This record gives sequence, C-alpha cells and structure tokens, in this order.
Amino acid sequence: MAQLEALNKRRNGFWRELTKNKVLILMVLPAVLHVFVFAYLPMGGIILAFKQFRYAEGIFGSPWVGFENFKFLFISGQAWIVTKNTLLYNAMFIAVNTVMQIGLAIFLSELAGKYFKKVTQSLMFLPYFISWVIVGSIAYNLFNFEHGALNSVLGAFGADPLDIYNTPSYWPLILVLFNAWKGVGYGMVIYLAAIVSIDTEMYEAAEIDGANIFQRIRHITLPSIIPTVVILTLLAIGGIFRGDFGLFYQLIGDNGMLRDQTDIIDTFVYRALTQTSEIGMAAAVGFYQSVMCFALIMVANWLVKKVQDDYALF
Amino acid sequence: MKLTLDRIWFNIFGYAAVILFSLLCLIPFILVISSSVTSESFIIRNGYTLFPQDISFEGYRLSLQNPTAIVNAYGVTILVTVLGTAISVFICTMTGYVLQRKDFKWRNKISFYLFFTTLFNGGLVPWYILCVQYLGLKNTLWSLFIPSLISVWNILIVKGFMRGIPFEITESAKIDGAGDFRIFLSIILPVSKPVVATIGLFTALMYWNDWFASLLFITDERLYTLQYFLYKLVGSVQALRSVMDKAGIVVPTLPVESMKMALTVIVTGPIIFLYPFVQRYFVKGLTIGSVKG
Repeated sequence: MAQLEALNKRRNGFWRELTKNKVLILMVLPAVLHVFVFAYLPMGGIILAFKQFRYAEGIFGSPWVGFENFKFLFISGQAWIVTKNTLLYNAMFIAVNTVMQIGLAIFLSELAGKYFKKVTQSLMFLPYFISWVIVGSIAYNLFNFEHGALNSVLGAFGADPLDIYNTPSYWPLILVLFNAWKGVGYGMVIYLAAIVSIDTEMYEAAEIDGANIFQRIRHITLPSIIPTVVILTLLAIGGIFRGDFGLFYQLIGDNGMLRDQTDIIDTFVYRALTQTSEIGMAAAVGFYQSVMCFALIMVANWLVKKVQDDYALF
Repeated sequence: MKLTLDRIWFNIFGYAAVILFSLLCLIPFILVISSSVTSESFIIRNGYTLFPQDISFEGYRLSLQNPTAIVNAYGVTILVTVLGTAISVFICTMTGYVLQRKDFKWRNKISFYLFFTTLFNGGLVPWYILCVQYLGLKNTLWSLFIPSLISVWNILIVKGFMRGIPFEITESAKIDGAGDFRIFLSIILPVSKPVVATIGLFTALMYWNDWFASLLFITDERLYTLQYFLYKLVGSVQALRSVMDKAGIVVPTLPVESMKMALTVIVTGPIIFLYPFVQRYFVKGLTIGSVKG
C-alpha cells in the first residue's frame, strides 16, 4: 500500500512537472528529439558490427555473424595498422601543437609592438578558417611532382626533385606540419587569453625580486596556465582514437601508395562503407573506435579527478 | 623596458619564432594567388612560384566562362549556411537557456542526456545508414544541414554564458505575466548578443567549409556545395589531364594548373575577404567559450 502511494506520488511528480513546465519542455524538445534521432538511434545500429549487412534486408533483417567481423579485422592485421597509425599521428599532433601553441602564446604575450602582435596573431589564426579541401589544393600546389613549388625551389638550387606523392616516408612529417599549420593559431588564442588574465602584480613583484624573464615564465606563467593545458589536453586525449578525416582524406585521398603509412581508422571506415561496401566490417571498426574513445576519456578524466578535482571535465 | 641580457635573448627567439610561423601561415596563400594569375606555359616550364612572373588571367577566364555551376554552388552553400546557422543558433540558445533555469527540475538529467553523446556514439556507419535508408536524405538539400544542426558544445557555451544573467530578470518577467518563451525571445536573447554572435560565426564557418556531408550524401550536381564543387573539379581536371597524357595528347592550351588555383581563390575568396572583420569575434568567442560540461 505504502509502495503504491509512493509510486503514485512519483508519477504525480512527473505529470506535475510536465504540466507546470510544459513551455520549457517544448523549448528543449527540438534538441532532445534531434539528438535522439541522430545520436541515440545510431547507437542501436551498433548491432551491425555483429551482422553481415545486406541493403535489401535492412539492419534488422541481415543475418547475425557473431564476432566474425572483429575476428577478420584483427587476424588480417588491418585493425592493428589503422589503430597504430591513428594513435601515433594523434599523439604527435597533440605534442607538437601544444608545445607550439604555448610557446607562441608566451612569446606574443611578452613581446612589444601592438600592430606587430595584431598582424602576426591574425596571420597565425588564418589557416583555421579555410576548409581541408583548400588545404588539399595548397598541398598539391606545393608537392606536385611536375610543377610543385617545392620542386621549383629544389631545382633552383640544383637539387633533384622529390616525388612526394609516391614516397610514404615523407608523410608523417608533412601531416604533422599541416596539422600544426591549421590548428596552432586556434589553440594559441586560447592560451593567450589564459596568460593575459594572469595578475600582472605577480610579474612586477617577481621583477623587483630580481627574477629574469625565463624564471618569470617558468614560475608564474606556466603554473598559471596549467588548468587550461590539462583541460585541452584531456579533451585531445579523449579523442585520440578519432582521426581527423579531413586532413587525411584531402591531403592523401585514395592514394594506395601511401596507404600503410597514412591509413587511419576514419579513412578505413569511410572506404569500407563507400567503396568496398564491407558494411559489417566498417561498423565493427567504428564500434571498436567508439568504445575505445569512451573508455579513454573516462580513464583520463578519472585520473585527473584523482590528482586535482578542479581540472576534471565532468 | 630595460634591456637586460635575458630580455635580449628572449626577444631574439621570440620575434624569430613568431615571424617565422606567421610567414609560414601566409606563404601558401600567396603561392596559390600567384599561381592563379600565372600563365600555364610558365607553370609547365618552371612550376609554381611565389611571385607571378608571366601574368595571365586565363585560369579565371576559363573558370568563369561557364559560370552556371559556380554560381549554383555558391547559391547552395549560401542557402545551407544561412538556413543551418539560423536554425542551429535558435535551437541551441533556446536549449541552453532552459537548461540553466534553476526552477527547471529536469535540467541536469537533460544536460546529461545531451552531454553523453559527446562521449559515446554509434559511429559513422549506423548514422549513415539511418540517414540514407531510413530518413531518405540522399541527394536532398536537407542532408547538408539537418544532421549537424545540434552542437552540444554550443549548448554548453550558451548555458555557461546565460548563467551569468541574473535569474531575477526571468523571475520578475514571470511575475509580470510573461511566458517562458516570450522571456527567452524578447528579454534573454537581446542581452545574449555576444554568445549568439560567437556560436553563430562558428556554426556559419562550419557550414561554409563543409564538404563531408556532400561527399556522403550528394551525387546530384545541382546540389554541390562550393567546397565539394572545388574538390570534384580539381579531381576531374586531374583525371582529364592524366587521360590526355596516357593518350599521348599534349594540350598546353588548356590552363589546367592555373585554373585549379584560380578556382581555389574563387572558393576561398569570401572567407579571406570577411576574415579581417570577423576575426576579433572569433577570438572573443574562444575566451567566453571556455566552460566546463
């Protein structure tokens, strides 16, 4: 009886909330429905990873194959290659970008010249605004074997031209550079904002005490921006299993010569989905990627929470 | 400022690093512009160069000779950007407003429901099959902006910003008899201009630069967006050239290389042109955007 009463009360609470705040609920409804359709429904589609997909039979009609898709991917070695590439490239991207962003932000904050700072900051932020299609076109302009600017320069010095698009070993460096080129300005602006908000009295006091500029950076600037560094790096590590499809696809495309060095999870999934139509395989890799991402962000957040609660994401 | 030894070293490294990286960011753009106004025969002989030497506008003339496709792609991109941005900003600000209302009991549950999708998702494949097979989005204008309408990050940014608006404003408006939607539309939205501008600009940039939706959903040429049009055209010009090369036909009169770069300039143009005016809003946006989930 008491249980029934409690249940009734709860149900009443639910309906009361629904009628009391019906306008507020209507206001969040578009977002709630959109997320339900485009984010939660596809989660149900994860079962595709355990099926052999046939278009005619749809997601539910296609036959189950258990772990066959995963087995094939891991035994054939493809899963390892794309996982290794995705992780190594992203680790490099995070390290290089973070160091460059912090370094340039510190320089910009300390150097003099209002217009100099304005112009250079604008220039460094500019590549963020163009699409990867344009970046691909720029890369082609630079590295094209016959007419590329790089080979023109090399030719002017009497050096042999480089066949970049057919030589896998150049690509790790090129990808890291282009990723930095496009992304450093964005992060630098965030770090610069963090540095500008540091109390200037600390610097003045340190200067009176005879600290030189390197000591001031080491003991005031860097410790003050650690929360920003931790949060941005945490976000980046949470996405380390997720490759930048635009960067890899627009710079390399379907160039088979470079595949072993430059195939990442996202390009593999795209190819399996659209070209070879191995839907089950593509879904299996996608599922594996989602699970790893989720696990990683949880672990990273948990670790940060243990060390310093304020820096955690959630 | 007194120039001590540490200052001198710091300045040397600092100016060198900042200038070097700024130039690296600028040079590719100059290279593309220069190549777009260089004659084809010069490019074939000497390659792309930083400064145009044998100036010719042949690439532009050829790109614009039959402008229907470009004009159409511009039209599709502008339509998608305007529609997508307007709807997305409206829904995201409205949701953000409700989710920070202290008197709304379900705010934390719904916030988590939204935030969870940034941590875990079903992956590209189920999403693609849902869009194509169950929602029929293939080759529709809808496919270019509806799937990406909601950005949970933007909702969180709005939520963080609106928390700074005193709750008393909402309360007193309520006492005066205004409904929740009215309060949002005519009181909260006008004082939230900075955050609206920020997420609006980021969303507009996202739609303007998008080519992934076209790559997945569009085969109908009338629905090509600008970025996808460039991607397709550069590819097909390249394909054309390799076919001609294999057939042993040398066609130096067709300015393929300068045309590619001319098209790149035509597609990038609006962004570069608007950049000086909107840049500071993006910079401001990045700093008000630093909120926790």
